[in-house]
Amino acid sequence: MATFKEFRNNVKPNWCPGCGDFSVQAAIQRAAANVGLEPEQLAVISGIGCSGRISGYINAYGLHGIHGRALPIAQGVKLANRELTVIASGGDGDGFAIGMGHTVHAIRRNLDITYIVMDNQIYGLTKGQTSPRSAEGFKTKSTPEGSIETTLSPLEIAMSAGATFVAQSFSSDLKQLTALIEAGLNHKGFSLINVFSPCVTFNKVNTYDWFKENIVNLDQFPDYDPTNRMAAMNKIMETNGMLTGLIYQNKERQSYENLVAGFQEQGLANQDIQLSQDQFEKLLAEFK
Amino acid sequence: MISQLSWKIGGQQGEGVESTDRIFSTALNRLGYYLYGYRHFSSRIKGGHTNNKIRISTHPIRAISDDLDILVAFDQESIDLNAHELRPGGVVVADAKFNPVLPETVNAQLFAVPITKIAEELGTSLMKNMVASGASWALLGLPLEVFNKAVEEEFGRKGPAIVEKNVEAVKRGAEFVLEQAGGPLDAFKLDEADGKQKLFMIGNEAIGLGSVAAGCRLMSAYPITPASEIMEYLIKKLPKFGGTVVQTEDEIAAVTMAIGANYAGVRTMTASAGPGLALMMEAIGLAGMTETPLVIVNTQRGGPSTGLPTKQEQSDLNAMVYGTHGEIPKIVIAPASIEDCFYDMIEAFNLSEQYQVPVIVMTDLQLSLGKQSCEELSLDKIVINRGKLVRESELSELEQHQLFKRYELTADGVSPRVIPGDKHGLHHVTGVEHDETGRPSENAGNRQRMMDKRLTKLDGLVIRDAVRADSPNAQADLLIIGMGSTGGTIDEARSRLVGEGITSNHITIRQIHPFPTDIVKAELNKAKKVVVLENNATAQLAAQVKLHAGGADKIESVLKYDGNPFLPSEVYKACKELN
Repeated sequence: MATFKEFRNNVKPNWCPGCGDFSVQAAIQRAAANVGLEPEQLAVISGIGCSGRISGYINAYGLHGIHGRALPIAQGVKLANRELTVIASGGDGDGFAIGMGHTVHAIRRNLDITYIVMDNQIYGLTKGQTSPRSAEGFKTKSTPEGSIETTLSPLEIAMSAGATFVAQSFSSDLKQLTALIEAGLNHKGFSLINVFSPCVTFNKVNTYDWFKENIVNLDQFPDYDPTNRMAAMNKIMETNGMLTGLIYQNKERQSYENLVAGFQEQGLANQDIQLSQDQFEKLLAEFK
Repeated sequence: MISQLSWKIGGQQGEGVESTDRIFSTALNRLGYYLYGYRHFSSRIKGGHTNNKIRISTHPIRAISDDLDILVAFDQESIDLNAHELRPGGVVVADAKFNPVLPETVNAQLFAVPITKIAEELGTSLMKNMVASGASWALLGLPLEVFNKAVEEEFGRKGPAIVEKNVEAVKRGAEFVLEQAGGPLDAFKLDEADGKQKLFMIGNEAIGLGSVAAGCRLMSAYPITPASEIMEYLIKKLPKFGGTVVQTEDEIAAVTMAIGANYAGVRTMTASAGPGLALMMEAIGLAGMTETPLVIVNTQRGGPSTGLPTKQEQSDLNAMVYGTHGEIPKIVIAPASIEDCFYDMIEAFNLSEQYQVPVIVMTDLQLSLGKQSCEELSLDKIVINRGKLVRESELSELEQHQLFKRYELTADGVSPRVIPGDKHGLHHVTGVEHDETGRPSENAGNRQRMMDKRLTKLDGLVIRDAVRADSPNAQADLLIIGMGSTGGTIDEARSRLVGEGITSNHITIRQIHPFPTDIVKAELNKAKKVVVLENNATAQLAAQVKLHAGGADKIESVLKYDGNPFLPSEVYKACKELN
């Protein structure tokens, strides 16, 4: 069985020293090993941005696509071969700005994919512009007077879009992050894991210390029931989204693959595609 | 006796024009006639004038006709808008309900049949279509029992009572009109057809069917006119073969989902029209850069912007050839017949895997939506070729940290391809410039090698029937060049040109990109003058011909961009004038 080391490759990430994304990389590698995967059984599909490079830093199958489109690509992979474990990953700009439309619909569709967002509240690779996750008043190169738009709440959006798994974590808490990714991989449906992953270069406000001071960790509330949708929504609003842990999980809803008429357990990619003469004639008969 | 005639039904959208056409043409198909249909419709569901025209013939026919023999009108507007097409001695069958009047300039016979009244007497005005088609059928003097069989097939599932009512509607329509006309009209007596039922379908259905036969098992698409029938066909069929169709949130999701699925090893397509194609451009570049197979069908309609969404045009050629930023290898093929729509899908999926490139199959609205007779299709002619796809058993073991060379530099530029899941095929894929294992690289030498590798893959590509030539003259007065649905119209015009003593050759360019330069050049040399005929305003095909094959000094363009397909008479006239 593969250990987390098998999910490492010898590529040096181009992230800044201290970037929150290193922990996400490590957590994915650990979680993948912990749930018993072999590298070839995992496909990591990522978007564009600093965090989008992550698919190249994990020893598994990986596709680094175009900005904002990690989710539709990942869904295509899963539909083509449901035997694969599919992780989609990217930043808050990728998932909540340019790719927001796909995020909402991927949640609704509920394919068995784990979506990990590295949320640093800023655009890093383009050197410091505002993100939908930036706080109001946040000064960046594109908002020199401070952001005048409302901060987007991906957790509330996910909940209202019918998400079956919503979690949030913090790069500094590798243990919780690994456990949540494992839970996401084990969840039979779409899981959203938003990770506070500080940008040490361009975001001098939402720093490691700032998160430590402001986060409410649900793991400290043994009575919290993540299957209660109303309670989950309340908790998100109560904490203004500044909470970590498993926020909501619906184990009842079937994943998309299980609801598609005629879909088999065997991955489509592994099925024969040649039509028989008999099948072909039946298709032709409808046009006579 | 005549060998062909044209029939048209007109009315308000949503009042049974489509179903009248369907039942009438289905019955004709049972007798073995060749049919070619044209739909004139608007971008709305209820209301607004719509009409369907069918050409009926004892021999294969691939063009709409200039004129009209029989017009069935559900309202006065249908007469006002269409009666001018009637040939002298033509017939109008109109609903007596609106006291139909023929324009004075029209020399035709009018039969006012109480279409609505008969239908209502039988229970519902919905049966107008049966009364109208029954009356048409009777005027042609065709056997009623064949029509009744078609009715039985259409309504059989709804029970014998419904069938009986509809058969009665047909009978009453037929009886009424025969009494007025004094029997079937001699002038419209068609020669007997061969009695062999033909395949009868629209281009979009042939595309769907071809995709299933090609092994396509997934489609991701967003609804759009005139492409939606492809997804509607495939969602009915793919589940029978283990696959499915996903209706995505937009065309960007449609194309990127298709890229993901192709990457993972399943033949997957998307289909759209101009506006959707525009949204797909960035992703087409991703497929080109990552050498991921991809098949896109673009059913062209009137552009730009929302343009003329339900009308004929061929104006996306430049977008398909030049679209996406940067430089990638890409194939654009243009089916020119209903049979092409089927076989070209197998070709498209094969090409996309053999060369690991995006393939765009371009149709136009008339080819996609015109219902027509199709020659017998054969599974024996189909070979599925997956190119250099290597499966697990053929792979040798990788060392630790070693990656599979997914982008290995090879003599033909095409690298072995594995799919996720294979133990010894681990590699990375990225739209960033990369090395042989798929890892990002900005090295200048590598960049150049990789660009050359990708861009030379298609060198010398000539697909089956890249240029379909009917060029019997070693030195013709005219070479007419077309693409898509215009071929049949051009051929009809050519047969009239013969009468004028003008010799002509005709080529249909089916491989639009990369351009089949040598073949076209040779054809240009065989003509004194060249006419390039296309449904757009800026002569996009002519520009390709001139750019690649030359001949600018003798090429003239015939363009039509008013939303309607060319008529044979228009092509004839234009060619005659240019000669």
